[in-house]
Amino acid sequence: MTRKQKRLAVIAGLSTVVLAAVVFIALAMSSTAAFFVVPSEVGERQIATGQAFRLGGIVKSDSWKQTDTVHDFAVTDCKVEVTAHFEGIMPDLFREGQEVILEGALDAGGTFIATNVLAKHDENYVPKDMADKFEEKGLCPGHTDAT
Amino acid sequence: MYTIELGHFALILAFAIAIGQVGIGAVIWRGASNSGVAYMRNASIFQFVLVAASFAALMFAFATSDFSLLLAYEHSHSQQPLLYKLTSSWGNHEGSLLLWVFILTLFGAAVAMFGGRLPRKLHVLVLANQGLLGAAFIGFTVFTSNPFARILDAPIEGRDLNPILQDVGLAIHPPLLYVGYVGFSVCFSFAMAALISGKIDAAWARWVRPWTMGSWIFLTLGIAMGSYWAYYELGWGGWWFWDPVENASFMPWLAGTALLHSALVMEKRNALKIWTVLLAILTFSLSLLGTFMVRSGILTSVHSFASDPTRGLVILGILAFFICGAFILFALRGPSLRAGGLFAPVSREAALVVNNLFLATATAAVLVGTLYPLVLDAFTGIKISVGAPFFNLTFGALMVPLLIVIPFGPFLSWKRADLFSVSRRLFGAVLVALVVTIIFTAFTWQGANLLPLGFLLAFWVMVGALADLAERSQLFRIAPSRSLRRLMGLPKTVWSTAGAHFGLGVTVLGIVVVSGFETELITTMQPGDQTELSGYTIQYEGERLLQGPNYVTEHADFLVSKDGGKLRTLASEKRNYTARRMPTTEAGIQTFGFSQIYVSLGDKTPEGARVVRVWHKPMITLIWLGTVLMALAGAYSLTDRRMRVAAPKQAKKQAVGQAL
Repeated sequence: MTRKQKRLAVIAGLSTVVLAAVVFIALAMSSTAAFFVVPSEVGERQIATGQAFRLGGIVKSDSWKQTDTVHDFAVTDCKVEVTAHFEGIMPDLFREGQEVILEGALDAGGTFIATNVLAKHDENYVPKDMADKFEEKGLCPGHTDAT
Repeated sequence: MYTIELGHFALILAFAIAIGQVGIGAVIWRGASNSGVAYMRNASIFQFVLVAASFAALMFAFATSDFSLLLAYEHSHSQQPLLYKLTSSWGNHEGSLLLWVFILTLFGAAVAMFGGRLPRKLHVLVLANQGLLGAAFIGFTVFTSNPFARILDAPIEGRDLNPILQDVGLAIHPPLLYVGYVGFSVCFSFAMAALISGKIDAAWARWVRPWTMGSWIFLTLGIAMGSYWAYYELGWGGWWFWDPVENASFMPWLAGTALLHSALVMEKRNALKIWTVLLAILTFSLSLLGTFMVRSGILTSVHSFASDPTRGLVILGILAFFICGAFILFALRGPSLRAGGLFAPVSREAALVVNNLFLATATAAVLVGTLYPLVLDAFTGIKISVGAPFFNLTFGALMVPLLIVIPFGPFLSWKRADLFSVSRRLFGAVLVALVVTIIFTAFTWQGANLLPLGFLLAFWVMVGALADLAERSQLFRIAPSRSLRRLMGLPKTVWSTAGAHFGLGVTVLGIVVVSGFETELITTMQPGDQTELSGYTIQYEGERLLQGPNYVTEHADFLVSKDGGKLRTLASEKRNYTARRMPTTEAGIQTFGFSQIYVSLGDKTPEGARVVRVWHKPMITLIWLGTVLMALAGAYSLTDRRMRVAAPKQAKKQAVGQAL
C-alpha cells in the first residue's frame, strides 16, 4: 500500500468506528430516555402499562398512608391526581403538600408504581421541569416560583 | 470593620489588572523583551495576591459570623463548628465563584513564576490568555455575583448552610475539583498561545504535560471524593448517579485523560499535533461547560444554588466567547501546523490513537446524554430524562474495547511494532488473568451469570500492567536479583503508567463486584432485634436523642459482625437542623476488608420500631482505592526529571528560542 492508501484506510477505519458509535448512541437514547409527565398528562398521553416515565407533582395532603416500608399516596397537579405506590424508605424531604418526582411505571389498574422517589435537596427550590410544566399549563399557582 | 469592603475593592482591582495584562500582552508579544515578560509576570502575581486577599476577607467574615454580609447571613450560622463556617464561604454560588477565580489566578501566578524557561513570546501569550480568563471570570463575579453585598441592618443569626453540605466533604471536594477543572486553563492558554504564534513542537508538549498531569490528578481525586461523599451523605447507598453535575466533572476528566496520552505521542514522536491542541481546547471547554451547567441554574441539584437567569446568560456568553474564539483560531491556524512523525497502523502511537478514539467517543456519549434533554426542552418543550440506563449502556459498551486494548499499549514499540510478537509476549498475562478470574469466580460463585467476563476484563488490565513491569525487568529470564535491580532502575514514568493502569483495573473490579453482588434489605427493627444479610449479623441496640451544635439527632446504635466474628459498632443518625428545620440522614458505615455494611435509617413506626435499610456493598472501597492509585501514579510521574515543570535542558531551550 502507498502512504496515501494507508492514510485512507486509517481514516475509513476511524470513521466507521465513530459512525457505529453515533448510531449506537442514538439507538440507546431512543430506548432509554424517560419522559417527564405531570398527572394531567397521564390520561391525555395514554401511556402504556409498564412504560417507564417520570411523574412529577405535589403529594396530596392527607393522602400518605404507610405501613412499615409500604407507602401509598396520591400525586396531584391541583387538577388531576394519580395514586402512587412505593416500597422502601422515603427520602427525608418527602412531605405532603410538597413537590416530588417519581420514577416508575403505571400498573394495569392505573396506579403509578414508583421505583425511585426524588424529593428536593433543599427547601428553596421547585424542580425546574415541574415549575415549567405547571407554569405552561397554569396549574397550581404558588408552586411555580422557584423562590 | 472594613475588611469586607477591602476584599471587594481588591477584587475590583484584580479585575482592572487582568484587563491591563491582556492589553499589554496583546501589544508586546511579538517583540517581547525581558522587561515585557517581567511586567506580565508581576501582573499575574499581583492579580493572584489581590484575589487571595479578597478571598481571605470573605472567609474572615464567615469565620467571625459577620451577618452584615448578606452571603454569610444566607449560608452560615453562628453555632456551626469553625470548619463549616469556613467551608460555608464557598458553599454558595458567589463564594464558589470566588474560589474558582482564586484557583484560576493561582495557576496564572504559578505559570508566571515557574515558566522562566519558556520562550518569551510563548510566556507572554500564555499569561495574556490567563489574564483574559481572569478578566472574564472576575468580571462575572464582581458584576453579577458579588459576594461582598452587605445588609444595612445586620441580623443577629444566620440562616445556616444547607445541612447536606455541612460535612468535611465540602472542605475537600470543591477545592480538589476546582484545581482540576481550572488547571486545564493552563493547557488551554498554552494551546491558544501556540495557535497565535503558529509555533508548536515537541517542546510545547513537554511544557504542557506537567500541567495536564497535575490537573488530572486533582480532578481524579475531586471526582472520587465527590462520589464517596454522595455515597455516605445522601443515604441512598449509590456511589455514581449519572447526574448531569457528575457528568459535568466527568467529561473534562475523560478528555483530560485523552490529552495526557496524546501529549505523550506529541512529546515523544512529534505527531498528533493538531489533535493534541484540539484536545487541550476541548478539555478546558468542557470544564467551562461544566461550570456553566452547574452555575447557570439550568439544572437543579444540590450543586446549583438558586440563581437568577441573567447570570446564566452572562456565563453562557463567556462560554461562547472562549469556546467559539478558540475554535475559530483553531480553524484558521490549525492547518498550518505541520504534521510530524509518521507511524505504522500497529505501533505505540496507533495504540494511543485508539485510546483517544474511545475516550473521545465516550466523552461524546456522556455529552449527548447530558445535553440532549436540555436542548430538546429548549427547542420543543418536551421534557425527557436521560439516566443511568442510557449511560451504562453506551459508556459501558465503549469502555469494554478500551479496557481490552490497554495492556497492549505499553508493549508496543514506537513507530512500528509487531502485533504477533507482542501477542506472544502478552500470552502469559492472558493465562494469569484467566487463572485469577477462575479462582475469583469460584470463591464468589452465586450461580451462572456474565460477571466472570467483567472480572476477566478487570484482571486483564491489572495483570497487563504488571506484565509490562515484568517484561521490562526480564523477570524469569535472568537471575531474580538482576531482574530486581532492573525493576528498580526502570524510569519513573514506566512505573506510573503501570500503576495508573493497575488502579484502573482495581476500580473496574470494584464496580463489577458491587454491581453484581450487592445485596440490600429493608426491615423494621425493635431494640434488641437481629437481622442477617449476606453472612453479616446486624443487631439494633436502640436509639438516643442527642444534641449537636446546630441540630438535634436521633442516634441509633447497631452491632455488626461477620460470620459470627468480632462485634463492631455502627451508628446511623437522623438529624434535624434547627435553623432550616431540615432533616438529613447520616448513614452508618462499617468496613470489613474491602467490603462495607451500610445502614440507613427510615421512619419510626407507631409501635416505636425503626424502619432500617441495610446494604452489603462487597468490595466497594476498591472503586475509590483504584482512583487513589491512579492519582498517586500520576503524582509519582511528576517527580520524574523529564516531567519537571517546564524544564527542558538549557541547550534545548536555546534551540527552541532560535527557532522562534
